[in-house]
Amino acid sequence: MRPVETGVMAAKDMAFRPVAAPFWSRLSPRTLKVLLFVVCLVPLARLFVLGFSHGLGANPIEFVTRSLGTWTLSFLLITLAITPLRRFTGQGQWLRYRRMLGLFAFFYGMLHLTTYLWLDQFFDWGDILKDIYKRPFITFGMTAFLLLVPLAVTSNDRSVRALKRNWARLHKLVYPAAILAVLHYYWLVKLDVTQPVIYASVLSLLLGLRVWWWWQKRVPAAKAGNAVAPALASRGRQG
Amino acid sequence: MAADSTPRIVPTEITPESVYEKRREFLKGSLALALFASLPVQAALPAWRKTAWGRDESPNTWEEVTTYNNFYEFGTSKEDPAKNAGSLRPRPWTVSVEGECLKPRAWDIDALTKAFPLEERIYRMRCVEGWSMVIPWLGFPLAELIKQAQPTGKAKYVEFVTLKDTKQMPGQRWPVLDWPYVEGLRLDEAMHPLTLLSVGIYGKELPKQNGAPIRLVVPWKYGFKSAKSIVTIRFVEKQPTTAWNAAAANEYGFYSNVNPEVDHPRWSQARERRIGEFFKRKTEMYNGYGDQVAQLYAGMDLKKYF
Ligand code: HEM
Repeated sequence: MRPVETGVMAAKDMAFRPVAAPFWSRLSPRTLKVLLFVVCLVPLARLFVLGFSHGLGANPIEFVTRSLGTWTLSFLLITLAITPLRRFTGQGQWLRYRRMLGLFAFFYGMLHLTTYLWLDQFFDWGDILKDIYKRPFITFGMTAFLLLVPLAVTSNDRSVRALKRNWARLHKLVYPAAILAVLHYYWLVKLDVTQPVIYASVLSLLLGLRVWWWWQKRVPAAKAGNAVAPALASRGRQG
Repeated sequence: MAADSTPRIVPTEITPESVYEKRREFLKGSLALALFASLPVQAALPAWRKTAWGRDESPNTWEEVTTYNNFYEFGTSKEDPAKNAGSLRPRPWTVSVEGECLKPRAWDIDALTKAFPLEERIYRMRCVEGWSMVIPWLGFPLAELIKQAQPTGKAKYVEFVTLKDTKQMPGQRWPVLDWPYVEGLRLDEAMHPLTLLSVGIYGKELPKQNGAPIRLVVPWKYGFKSAKSIVTIRFVEKQPTTAWNAAAANEYGFYSNVNPEVDHPRWSQARERRIGEFFKRKTEMYNGYGDQVAQLYAGMDLKKYF
């Protein structure tokens, strides 16, 4: 009886040793997803609470626009962090939440854009077009947002199935979108670039990892290819 | 336009009740601060008179004017100055009037406010970032001080220098701008009757985050021209190198007159959001003070001298 018990313990230990078992490991993936969904709405809820409690400061419209912009970018970065998380933890379950997080980036981006169109420009389309054309920071923001549109539209199971391999290819657009979003931020600040530089660093890390992995995968292939190189070189010398 | 006939009255008689209400609201959070702020402060400013400047404007609230500030010496976000300016010590304070003048003098701040009669003027203030406020300033025309100092024929410009002291101004630990903050005006701009040296708002001493104890107010120029917490006023022959101009010459010109037709390279200046208003309003040439100041720039290419 005793040995059996220890045996069970040992098996459990092995299964959980890499990560300390957090409370949510006992929840079902579905419950977790719902929980995460609610958490993702907190930044929006916060704005409502602040709005009703006189907490948005002297320039509430600016506060809301900026807060929504910050969260759009944050959700983009969080979405981009999923693949590294999966690789570092060795747990595929992270992928379950990736599309939802990406959609939240789009959702906040849409609200952010709406505050600009409505509260900043009051739908003066002439001025808006001029702004998009003349102001690099608006040009970058707009391009970033437009790149996210096809991704949002195809963030459903049917599209994943229909597009097959092209789905992953299409969704690589999130990389230029994130880069443009950071440039958007960098270009709009007056002088103190601390914040955009922080976001840029996180993005560089996240994209850098992908470049590194890609390189790692390429190296063995390159080595195999190298075997041909000396032959070529010697042939070259021979004339 | 200035109504010089208005009789002298003490501050409490004229500041609108609503303003005091707002102020009370603002200070409610900290009773100790409220006591500290109201007692010595009211005693420090001599009596002042009301003028006709901006009587038709409705000023922003005390809370808006004192919690939404650009004062990089205390941090680069709008909320930072109100949070961090506590370390500034506006007394004792000396303003050195120097350079190309016959009567240079190191003025004690309290001597200054006694020597030059204070008046209240309600001015619009337009920030280069595209927002604006209406503020009831308390101060005296800079021209009075300049006349007293008797600038020489060499004095073509006036330079204003803000305090540099990282202990009092923690934001100066970061080289966001090349400290100390320097601003400048052409002598005729400095002598213009609209140009004010301000020591208060709403009948009270200037709050620290608004540039205590003494600051410049040049209402037809973008807000950053109005240097805060001034320690030096210097008459010079050459156009001074000003802080924002040095930081980004293509974005912030020496003149920086409010001009809806000359955009900031990165954003439009055609409109502004008056703090407290929902819709944006059109920005006016020279911030609406063109009648009085346009002749200063007659014949100048305002796109070139922006
Ligand atoms: C993926 C898309 C976008 C992202 C990630 C993004 C992100 C941001 C960020 C981080 C900020 C600065 C927030 C702060 O100062 O704390 C910001 C501000 C802003 N963004 Fe966006 N943005 C995006 C798209 C857009 C679009 C499409 C527009 C308009 C066409 C736009 C207009 C603005 C404006 C007007 C501001 C505020 C500028 C100011 O208050 O000075 N953004 N955005």
